[in-house]
Amino acid sequence: MIRKVFSYLLLISSLSLLPYVYCSAQIVSSSGLINDAKDYDGKTVSYSGEIIGDIMIRKDYAWINVNDGKNAIGIWATKDLIKDLHYAGSYNAIGDSLEVTGIFHRSCLEHGGDLDIHAKTITKMKSGSIVLHKLNYKLLKIAGGLSCALVLVWLLRMLLLRKPWIHAASERIKRNYD
Amino acid sequence: MILKPQIKDIKNIGYYIGKITIGVGLAMFLPFIMGLISKELNPALDFFISAQIAVLFGLILTWVCQGDHDLNWLSGMVVVSLSWLVAMAFSAIPLYLSGHYKLFLDACFETMSGFTTTGLTLVQDLDHLSYSHNLWRHLGPFIGGQGITIIALALFVKGSSGGFKMYVGEGRDEKILPNVINTARFIWIISIVYLIIGTLALGIVGVMIGLKSFNAFFHGACIFMAGYDTAGFGPQSQNILYYHSLLFEIITIVIMVAGTFNFNLHYQIWKGNYKELGKNIETRTLLMTVMLTFFIVAIGLGKWGVYPNAMILFRKGFFQLISGHTTTGYMTIYAQQFIKEWGDLALTGIIIAMALGGCACSTVGGIKMLRVGIILKAFREDLKRFVLSDRAIVVQKFHHIKTMFLEDRQVRGVLVITFSYIILYFLGALIGIWCGYPFLDSLFESTSAAANVGLSCGITDTSMPVILKITYIIQMWAGRLEFMSVFALCGFVVAMVKGK
Repeated sequence: MIRKVFSYLLLISSLSLLPYVYCSAQIVSSSGLINDAKDYDGKTVSYSGEIIGDIMIRKDYAWINVNDGKNAIGIWATKDLIKDLHYAGSYNAIGDSLEVTGIFHRSCLEHGGDLDIHAKTITKMKSGSIVLHKLNYKLLKIAGGLSCALVLVWLLRMLLLRKPWIHAASERIKRNYD
Repeated sequence: MILKPQIKDIKNIGYYIGKITIGVGLAMFLPFIMGLISKELNPALDFFISAQIAVLFGLILTWVCQGDHDLNWLSGMVVVSLSWLVAMAFSAIPLYLSGHYKLFLDACFETMSGFTTTGLTLVQDLDHLSYSHNLWRHLGPFIGGQGITIIALALFVKGSSGGFKMYVGEGRDEKILPNVINTARFIWIISIVYLIIGTLALGIVGVMIGLKSFNAFFHGACIFMAGYDTAGFGPQSQNILYYHSLLFEIITIVIMVAGTFNFNLHYQIWKGNYKELGKNIETRTLLMTVMLTFFIVAIGLGKWGVYPNAMILFRKGFFQLISGHTTTGYMTIYAQQFIKEWGDLALTGIIIAMALGGCACSTVGGIKMLRVGIILKAFREDLKRFVLSDRAIVVQKFHHIKTMFLEDRQVRGVLVITFSYIILYFLGALIGIWCGYPFLDSLFESTSAAANVGLSCGITDTSMPVILKITYIIQMWAGRLEFMSVFALCGFVVAMVKGK
């Protein structure tokens, strides 16, 4: 009888833990973390996105900011965890895509109340790359056309407003010609 | 009888707007050079094209509108109100060309937010924006904070009688030096000196916290420009939270407070008159209102247990409060956290701080400390009248650079502007409610726009209704110009239609 009760209890407690196991494996969006911060506080979460800005080294640790397309969230990680990361997103680069698993803090005691994740594992899902921007020739042509228009208007304006230096220049040309 | 404006008046207005447009166009060469240095050729082209369009428009306008260049009061005010709209439209062109804005209206919203030192943003994918476009976003507050027409006065105007009218039209009526053009130049000189010091301080801290050297000083310059001019833009989407540094936050607080001080007060400090800091009605009122509103915020945060300990409560609560009170809008929390976590009492504390604003004749928005101080003095005077005997002569004095007697005329003027601000806050909130947002959220965002603060509780987004975007643009514009120029523009339009 006791063995039976014990087995039932074990089964029920295992089943009740299942959602947490499932949750920790599931990737949570930044909006989910920010909007339901109290629910995730202190729990292990998985979060994925692109590194943006600079990787900020702080002694044996580093801050990286990871953007999932909606918001960027600060990730606090040891230097070992980030050694394979090479690209951070900017105008000239697409940053490495990561999946971070770590403890989520709604208001981190260690970091002045910041909302952050202390990483346990970081997996590089896709390597970033340098973005080569092709010169926009259409814009170049527009710029050329506008330059011509600008010079024309400026010259016309000068001539019609009869600026003294134009008079002086034309007089000089006349004298030289004579 | 309403007199119809003469052709001469319209020509003069056009001439000065043309000059200011040329100034805006020339300013675009800075991000153009930045684009060339950082090898961002397409962004550089965006600025080259936009600068040429602005200069071309300005040249044609000044050419067509040649005249005696003498402005009367109404024309001076109209120049100011219109030039802000024209500057907004031209400055939005390079931002729209960047492809980071869904609509041209969004780019206009961004530039108006920058020029008025508000800091509400509709940019998409900010973390991949080029250096040159980011520089332009932050130059906007630096140009608009000191005053768009102040630049024109400092650079293009030589002893014009219209200068003072344009200066007053931008919401400033205090001359620091006897000549308004020298005042404009002084404002620019101190701003550039502070820019160098602030950029160096933030840049060095940036290097210390792990930013790359170029980024550290670039971010330093951007954060200084948007912090000193109380705009609150940041080069990254996380704003100040991106840096994860207490030292960076402290320096930012110092910059925000420096930006909130009256330029006249800066001049006194430059002259070595440090006593003015303690005696001035504005600094005293500011200290009092900061303490009072922080008390409300702290009670609100403490009651709901938002932060795990007092130190964190102070760090988060005080930063957001100073940012709101100085009308800067820098954030070390996410916008949604205001609504989801802070609770109504703390939010109300921030709304009051935003509505009050900083000092007059500075880069801040809101009702302003001078007006709040004068209203409190007038209230005290009336209380004394009730308490003392009828034969007692009650006079009230206040110290602002010099000691002055409080006059009924002053109090009336102050109350008119204060009342206008309160109406503007609630009008924006009503439109927000009409668009389907809750009351407190709508009031928060409306106050933030009209007081040129830039803190957001999440309403400001590319997906918000067009009517609300236009409402916030008008609120930012009217709030920055302190209504008079906007009223003057309305009067001018009425005179054009109904005048004889």
